[in-house]
Amino acid sequence: MDALDRSIINALQGDFPVCDHPFAVVAGHLGLSEEDLIQRIQRLLDENYLTRFGPLFNADQFGGAVSLCAMKVPKEHFDKVAEKVNAFSEVAHNYQRDHELNMWFVLAAESQQTLNQARQRIEQQTGLKVLSFPKREEFYVGLYFEV
Amino acid sequence: MHYLAERNEQDEKDLDREIMIATQAGLPLVAEPYQQIADQLGVNVELIKKRLRKMREDGRIRRIGVVPNHYTLGYVANGMSVWDLPDDQIKIFGHAVGKLSFVSHCYHRPRHLPEWPYNLFAMVHGHNREEVMEKVDQIANLLGDNCRRHEVLFSTRILKKTGIRIG
Repeated sequence: MDALDRSIINALQGDFPVCDHPFAVVAGHLGLSEEDLIQRIQRLLDENYLTRFGPLFNADQFGGAVSLCAMKVPKEHFDKVAEKVNAFSEVAHNYQRDHELNMWFVLAAESQQTLNQARQRIEQQTGLKVLSFPKREEFYVGLYFEV
Repeated sequence: MHYLAERNEQDEKDLDREIMIATQAGLPLVAEPYQQIADQLGVNVELIKKRLRKMREDGRIRRIGVVPNHYTLGYVANGMSVWDLPDDQIKIFGHAVGKLSFVSHCYHRPRHLPEWPYNLFAMVHGHNREEVMEKVDQIANLLGDNCRRHEVLFSTRILKKTGIRIG
């Protein structure tokens, strides 16, 4: 990753234009060609410097349901449980954390009902209790991360 | 007339949903990405652009752009700091903590007593754990005696990271 990659990442955390040739507009500001910009974004995605490129949707404004969940997983079964949990398409992110509650994942579904069903199926398949932490209020969601 | 207006509203909602499903994994990396989405959905590109702008205005789209990966960019320490605040003060302090530059997400979430007394969650990223703990100390100073206890849960492994997908 070079200085130009960094300025691309910083520039593309603002608002990507909605016009016929959006890459050409951004490329113009950065002083490179449309094609170069597209190739660099592709490479940054391939090399995992970026997790995605596109619209960031606010899922709960589409009538969907989202909840942070946590489980206490016995160490000796951790990988097996992780595999079972990750197999659910409703699981968007999953992190191991150093706490008695050691598995933290985000469930996202079309409705509260399908989210609850997924949670119950995870409990059935793992034999473990799933604690749910749906957000009561959002104070801040960072949209810019300087690199 | 009224009926037609309602029909149009429903059509727009349906199209917005189709646009979301078509783009939630990412925008196509081609010179004319909106044209490609329009072709895929069988609608005019002007309509696609109009709806995207509308969704950005009303907040259904937070923004259009890249999502950097904290880990590969060197921010390998990720601490979920959790705080036990009186319920009647959570709003004031939630907004104050959310304003700190190093807090990437800040939410009020329910407690699960007795095992989980915390109701404020603030995510803090750093190059290492020491850096995260210094930032957590700043939050502790800000909250003072209003916070009854707190903990930091460091992530030790990413098990899955596909992002929220619906439909």
